[in-house]
Amino acid sequence: MKIFEEDATSTQISRPPAQADYLLDRLFRGLATACAWFLLIVVGLLLGVIGVKAVPAISEYHLGFLTGTTWDVNKQTFGILPEIWGTLYSSILALIIGGFFGVTMAIFLTQDFLPARLALVFRTIVELLAAIPSVVYGFWGIFVVIPAIRPIADWLNAEFGWIPFFGTTLSGPGMLPAALVLAIMILPTVAAVSQDAIRQVPHRIKEAAFGLGATRWEAILRVILPTASTGIFGALVLGFGRALGETMALAMLVGNSNQLSLSLFSPGNTLAALLALNFPEAGEHEVPVLMYAALVLLLITLAVNMVGTAIMTLTSSQMRTDK
Amino acid sequence: MNKLCFMSCLFGVFLNLFPFNPAAAEEKLRLTGSGASFPFPLYSAWFKNYSRDHKDANIDYQAKGSGAGVLDFINRTVDFAASDAAMTPDEIAKVEGGAVLLPMTAGEIVISYNLPGNPQGLKLSRDVYPDIFLGKITRWNDARIQSANAGLKLPDLPITVVRRADSSGTTFVFTHHLGAVSPSWRQGPGAGTTVNWPSSDKIVAAPKNDGVTATIKQTPGAIGYIEYAYAVGARVEMAELQNKAGRFIRPGAESGQATLATAQLPENLIAWVQDPDGEKSYPIATFTWMLFYQRNATPAKAKILRDVVEYGLTEGQKLSTKMGYIPLPENVVSAVRVAARKIQ
Repeated sequence: MKIFEEDATSTQISRPPAQADYLLDRLFRGLATACAWFLLIVVGLLLGVIGVKAVPAISEYHLGFLTGTTWDVNKQTFGILPEIWGTLYSSILALIIGGFFGVTMAIFLTQDFLPARLALVFRTIVELLAAIPSVVYGFWGIFVVIPAIRPIADWLNAEFGWIPFFGTTLSGPGMLPAALVLAIMILPTVAAVSQDAIRQVPHRIKEAAFGLGATRWEAILRVILPTASTGIFGALVLGFGRALGETMALAMLVGNSNQLSLSLFSPGNTLAALLALNFPEAGEHEVPVLMYAALVLLLITLAVNMVGTAIMTLTSSQMRTDK
Repeated sequence: MNKLCFMSCLFGVFLNLFPFNPAAAEEKLRLTGSGASFPFPLYSAWFKNYSRDHKDANIDYQAKGSGAGVLDFINRTVDFAASDAAMTPDEIAKVEGGAVLLPMTAGEIVISYNLPGNPQGLKLSRDVYPDIFLGKITRWNDARIQSANAGLKLPDLPITVVRRADSSGTTFVFTHHLGAVSPSWRQGPGAGTTVNWPSSDKIVAAPKNDGVTATIKQTPGAIGYIEYAYAVGARVEMAELQNKAGRFIRPGAESGQATLATAQLPENLIAWVQDPDGEKSYPIATFTWMLFYQRNATPAKAKILRDVVEYGLTEGQKLSTKMGYIPLPENVVSAVRVAARKIQ
C-alpha cells in the first residue's frame, strides 16, 4: 500500500518515458528477437546437419525405411516401423498416466487442499523428480517396478488374455514398465507447468463461481480447469515431447525388440533407444541409417510440438471470440 | 584425541584426492586411448598403476565401445585404441602410418541363468543352447535340456532369453561361436556386433553387460550371455557348456587358457577361437586387442607405448585372473613382445 501512495505523490507516473527508457526497450526487444532467431537457426542447423549425413541412407532406402520391420546389419536391411510405433505407443501411454496424475497433483497443490507449507513440501518433492538421472530411473525400473507389476501382469494375462492389451505374458522388460517409469519422469514437467497455468486463473473468477452457488468441485472442474486449459494443454505437449526423446531409462526397460504389438507386456523398441544403443559401435554403413532414424525422430517431435501449438492458438483465439 | 585422529585422516584423504605437484604435472606426457568396454576394468587398473609408477606419463582410457575405438584410431584422435573385434583388413588399410594389433588379454563369455531354487551346474549341450537363443526351445522342462541334466529338476517355466541391446564385441564373439556350432544360426541371425534376433515376446534386450546381468537376476526363467567377470561379480549361475570334444566344461581361468592354447596365431596376431578343439577347452573365449600406430608422433610417445605393452605382458597379466580375465599363454606373450617392437 505504501508503495502506491509514494507513486501517487511523485510526478513519475505522469512523466513520459525518457530517451534512456526508449533505448533500453529497443535494446531488450532486439536481444529477445536475436535469441528467438538464434533458436530457430539452431533447430535449422540440427535438421540440416542430420539431414546431410542421412542423405546416403535416404537415397538408398527411401520411404520403405519407415515401413520396414527388420533391423539387420548383416543383410543391410533396415526399417524402423516398430521403433516409430514403440516411440508413439510408450509416449502416449506415459502421457495418459503421467498427464492424469500431473494435472490432479497440480489441482491438489494449488486449490488449498493442503496447508500452504505442506503444499510447498510436496511441490518441491515433485520437482525434485526432475533431477534424478535417467539411468537411476532405469535401474529402479528393473529392480522395483518390474517385480512389482509382474504378479498383476501375470494375473491380467491369465484372466483377460483375449484382450489385445494383455495378450502376452510379461518377460521382464516391456512396454508397461517403460511407460510407467516414463510417466513418472514427465510428471514434474506436467505438474509444474499445470500449476503455473492454474495459478494464472484470476482469483475473482473462482470467487464469482462460489458467489453463484457453485461447490468447490464445480468451481474447479467447470471454471478453473477450462480457464487454465490452454496452459495445461501446453504442459501436456511439453511432457509428450520429453517422453518422445527419453533415451536411457527406456533403453533399459523397453526390451529393445523389433515387434509391433498392442500388448502392454510385450517388449518393444523406441527410436531414441535405438539411436543411443547403436551409435557407439556403428560402422560406416550404419551411421547414415542411424542419422536417417534420428531425422525421423526429430521430425516426429517437431510435428507434435507444432500441432500442439496450433491447437493451443486455435482454442485460445476461439475463447477470445467467445467472450 | 579421536577427533584429531579423524581430522588428520580426513586431511590425508583430501591430499590424496588432489595431488598438488605442479612441477611433475607439467613434465607428464599425456596419452589417450579409447575403445572396447569389455577389458576396461583391467586396462584402467593397468594404466592407473603405470601412471602412478612412472612420473613421466599419464595414460587415459575411455571405454566407448570397440567400434568407436576403431573409428577414433582411424581418425587419429587418440594415441592408441582397443577393440574386441580386432580390425578388418579394410579398416587397417585406412590407418595412416600403419597399425600394430596386439592381443593384450582374453576373456570368456558365459551363459548365465536364473531358475527357482538356484540349481547349480546346469549342463547345456551343443545342439541345445543355439536353439534356446533361436527361440526354438521355449520351456525349461524341454526334454532336450532335461536329457543332459539327469540330476536337476527343471521347472515348467518359459525361457526368457536376455540379449545385448547395444551393439557390442560380446555379441560379436558370442554370435560367431553360435554360427560355428549351429548351421541354423549361421543361416538365420548370423554374426556381428548386432544381429537380427528372432522376433519373440520371450527374447528381450538390455544395454551393456550390467544391464543384461541385472535383467537376468530379476527375471525368473531367464538365460543370457555375459562376460565371465560380470557373472562372477554379480554371483549369477553359469552353465557348463559342451565343447567340440563332447565334454561339459565349467567357465574359469583354467578352461579359458586351455581354449587360447588351441589358437594358431598368424603374422598379424588376429586369431579367433570360434569352436576350439581340446578336451579341456571352454567353448566361448576370445582375445581382445590393443591398436597402436606403427609410426607415432614422437619417439617419446612410442617408447612409453612399448613400455605399457611390456607392463601389460608382465605385471598386468598377474592382475587378470583376479579380475576375471584369462592370462595370455606363454607363446602368445612372446609373439606380442616381438610384434611390439614395430611401434616406433
